[in-house]
This record gives sequence, C-alpha cells and structure tokens, in this order.
Amino acid sequence: MTTDVREQTRPSIVNEPKRWRLARHSLALTGRELTKVRRNPGIFLDALFMPVMFLLLFVYLFGGAVAGSTGEYLRYLFPGIMVMTTVMAGLLATGMSINRDIKKGVFDRFRSMPIGRSAPLIGSVVADSARYVVTLVTLFAVGYLMGFRVETDLPSALAACGVAVALGFSLSWISVFVGVLIKEEAIVQTVAFLGIFPLAFGTSMVAPVETMPGWLRAWVDVNPVTHGVEAVRGLLVGGPVAGPVTATLLWSAGFLVVLVPLSVWAYQRRV
Amino acid sequence: MDYAFEAEGLVKRFGKTTALAGVDLAARSGTVLGVLGPNGAGKTTAIRILATLLRPDEGRAEVGGLDVVKRAAEVRRLIGLTGQYASVDEDLTARENLVLFGRLLDMGRATAGARADELLGRFGLADAASRRVSTYSGGMRRRLDLAAGMIGDPRIVFLDEPTTGLDPGKREDLWRTIRAMAAEGRTVLLTTQYLEEAEALADDITVIDHGRVIAHGTPAELKRIVGGLTIAVRSADPERAGVAAKVLRAVSGREPTATGGGTLTVPVDAAGALTEITQALDAASVEVAELSLRLPSLDEVFFALTGRHDEREESAA
Repeated sequence: MTTDVREQTRPSIVNEPKRWRLARHSLALTGRELTKVRRNPGIFLDALFMPVMFLLLFVYLFGGAVAGSTGEYLRYLFPGIMVMTTVMAGLLATGMSINRDIKKGVFDRFRSMPIGRSAPLIGSVVADSARYVVTLVTLFAVGYLMGFRVETDLPSALAACGVAVALGFSLSWISVFVGVLIKEEAIVQTVAFLGIFPLAFGTSMVAPVETMPGWLRAWVDVNPVTHGVEAVRGLLVGGPVAGPVTATLLWSAGFLVVLVPLSVWAYQRRV
Repeated sequence: MDYAFEAEGLVKRFGKTTALAGVDLAARSGTVLGVLGPNGAGKTTAIRILATLLRPDEGRAEVGGLDVVKRAAEVRRLIGLTGQYASVDEDLTARENLVLFGRLLDMGRATAGARADELLGRFGLADAASRRVSTYSGGMRRRLDLAAGMIGDPRIVFLDEPTTGLDPGKREDLWRTIRAMAAEGRTVLLTTQYLEEAEALADDITVIDHGRVIAHGTPAELKRIVGGLTIAVRSADPERAGVAAKVLRAVSGREPTATGGGTLTVPVDAAGALTEITQALDAASVEVAELSLRLPSLDEVFFALTGRHDEREESAA
C-alpha cells in the first residue's frame, strides 16, 4: 500500500486563493516572457525594424514607378506590410522562443508543476500580444508620418490588427513545429526565414496579383497570407472585407488545428 | 510496506525503440532510491513517467498513493523535479526563477520572495541571486535546479542525473546537498550512471539496463549477489610477505595479487575463509598489520550483472 500524502501537501506556504488560478499563473508566465524580451531584444527588434525598413524602401524607391506616386503606393502597401510584420513576428519571435523553452527544459519544469497545461501557452500568447501591440503602434506611427491614414473607422482598424495578429500567431506554430523536429536552433531560424519569403512576399502585398506571371499567381492565390493582406486592406482603406476576413480566420484556425497537435505529438515523441 | 512511490510493469515505446520493457520501481517513505544504469537504459523515461511528464504504454505507477495518469494534477502537488538539464530560465536571474516557480505554486508575492531567498541561502547562491542564470557555472546551475525543485517543499523529490558532467569536487558538494534533502525525511529518487554515486547516496539501488530491471537491493546486497569476496593482507614485516603469500595461496587455492604498499589480495568463496586465513597466518607466525574482508566495488557488480563495463567515460561526454 502506498501512503496518501495529500494531507501533508505544503499547507503552510500556499497562501493564494483557489480562484483565478489559471489567470494568475498565466500572468506570472507573461511577466517572465516580457522580462526575457527586455533582456534579449534582438529578435524582437529584427521583427520590428525589418517591416519598417521595407515600408520605407518600397514606398520611396518603387512607389513612384509602381503606383504613379509614393502616396498612392503607401496606401496600397501599408496593409500588406502590417500583415508581413505580424507574420514575421510570429515565425521568428514566438516560434523561436517557444522552441527554446522546450529545449532548455523549462517546459518540463512547468509541466511537472500543478498548473494548467495551457498556462505557459496563454502566458506566451499574452506576452506576444504586448509585443504585437508595440510593433503595430510603431508601424502605424511610421506610416502616419509618411502620410498613411486609416480611411475607414477605428473599429475596422482594430479589427485589421486583430486579423493580422491571428494570422501571425497561427503561423508561429510552423516554427514551433519545425523547432521541435530540428534540434539545431540556427537551422530552425533559417527554415523560418525561408518560410517567410514565399509566405510573406508571395502575396498581393507589393503589387496587384493581376500583374504577376501565371505560376506566381497560382501560389499567391492559395497563399493564406494573401487573404490576410486583402482583409487588412479592406478594413483599413476600403474594399471587400467579409470574404477575405473569413478566409484568413479559417486558414488561421486550420493552421492551429493541424500544427498544435502535430507539435505536441512531435515533442512527446522526441522526449 | 509504506511506499512513497511504486511503479509496476512500466512499458514505454518511442516509435520502434522500447525505452522501458516492464520496469518495477518502489521506494519506502523517507529513503533514497538510486536507479543505476548506463545511458539509454531507460532511467530518464522512468523518472518522466513518475513525474507525470510521460504516460506509460503499459503498467501503472502511483506517487503518494495517487495514480500518475489519472490523478496527475494532484501528483504534481507532491513532487519536486530536477531534470537532467537545468530546467530553469537562463534569461532570468536565479531569484526571478525561484519567485516565478513559487508564484506558480500559489504563493503570494511576499511568500514566494521569502522562500526564494531562503533557498538561495541554503544552496549557497545568495551572492549570485540577482545574476542571470546564463552566467552561472555548471555546478551553480545544478544547485539552482535543485533549489527550484524544492520550492514547494515537496515530500518526494525526483533527481535525474543531478551530477552528470560535474567535476568530482562539485559532485561531492551536490551529494552533501542531496543528503541534507534526504535527512529532512523526503523520499528521493535519484538516477545516475555513476556507481559510486548510487553507493554514496542510496538506501536501495535498482539497476536497469535496456529498459529492464536487472538487479535490486541495498548496496551491500548487490555486492553479495555477485559474490567475489576479497581478503586483503598486509604483513607487518615486509620480509615475511612471501610467507603470507604462500599461506593465502594454500588456503584459497588461488594466486594472490600484490596491490602495492605490501598489500596482498586474494578472492575467496565465503566469509569463513577469513578465520581460516587468520589462523594459518598465526601458525606461520606472520604478524599482520592489516587484514580485511572486502566486498567488490559497484563497478564490478555492474560488470557481473550486464557482462559489460560501465560506459560512462564515453557517454558522459
């Protein structure tokens, strides 16, 4: 017979109420994520500066040639850059940080503790949301200085941010999955970068689909990020909204449904 | 008997690899169980099942009387885990790590802080408390990892190869810490590839190899399983060493080995040989400076059980 030792379970040092446990744990883990970002801002800054650089480069270098005027091109390009930003943040920052946690064994520690299984994940999602907010605010500020204006209304602009973030988060699981499969962190980063090009650039972000050769159009049409770009464009400067938004959210849900269990499976297999 | 944890017939497969092929493990409350085996023997898999990180494919395990699969959440309240690799966050300071774990165990901010400081002091990390863990040496990291496992004052502690990769001095250090943890009445499961570590710390040892238990017992019992008692004799007068050798040869029927310092050793079949040899040496008027009956080292035990030498030289790298 084994002894039931539940009665001896550290009664003296547990002094928080039972309510809100998941929220408290998730928040504690969010704090951890944010501390990490503050200490290692490198990847986060990469994911912040690159879209800003692209925005400046494309608008002022190609804007006049592509759209007749830089102002007109900014109006076309900005929504796409916004989506690219969240996709990059997802693929590089979120995926890589989850990946590192899993490898370092911190996740084992969390999993061996009496906290909700979802707490670390919620923690990292909430922390990411904070990162996304900083990134998007910066982007909007730069865009505003360059002359970009939201032509719809505030709720639509917020919805645009929501759509972009949903897509970025769901795609972050690609790098989580790849990261679990491949041990070498540098290779994971390379794979994430390789994924960024077709996903983030193979869209209607920089130019209308009609101007592209057939093979590229075929890819752009199936690329889920294209739907995200169209959705955000519709929400910010007008155009079709319902269709692209639905498509983006369905794709995001699809990515999560496939990639989350796959990552968990791959993770459990590896250990 | 009163077991703190108990596992029966654990089987775990990863794809085509069978990590555990039916392992039984049990530790009485308040004792240290050493699980000894080479790399790949299944030690880590067994500890991960007990710590609710993996589900067994077959068999069952109870920790504190609770099934590790059905009541995993409750089991997690009872245990402290220290993994093979430091399971703390390198980007945080030692104190931040411990406070976070305390918060996750539902301690208030102040309590978690106090508990963190107490453990940092106890594990000799007070001076480095506000340094990032990434700047820590291997030994400090292991100590922090042990401290992290102790946050909730668990009654049952799982230590997965806590000293692998540490130099001998640091290892002794950690042994003292582990002994102190056990002395507080905790039940400890310790996996190790170091035979001397199991012998130094464990009350009972389970030897596993290729996912199977190949022996179980106290360190002394294990040595007895292998038999092979050795008698060592050192003659007080070095000139009489030749006579002593003759006596040993006559009684044991085997050739004695000189092991340096004038000591002769010879394997014997039973402890009774000691009396015989004493009497024979006395009769031959050899004055003895040292006479002892030795059990074989655990290295020899392992070799006798598996037919292989301990492979840690290669695998620890």
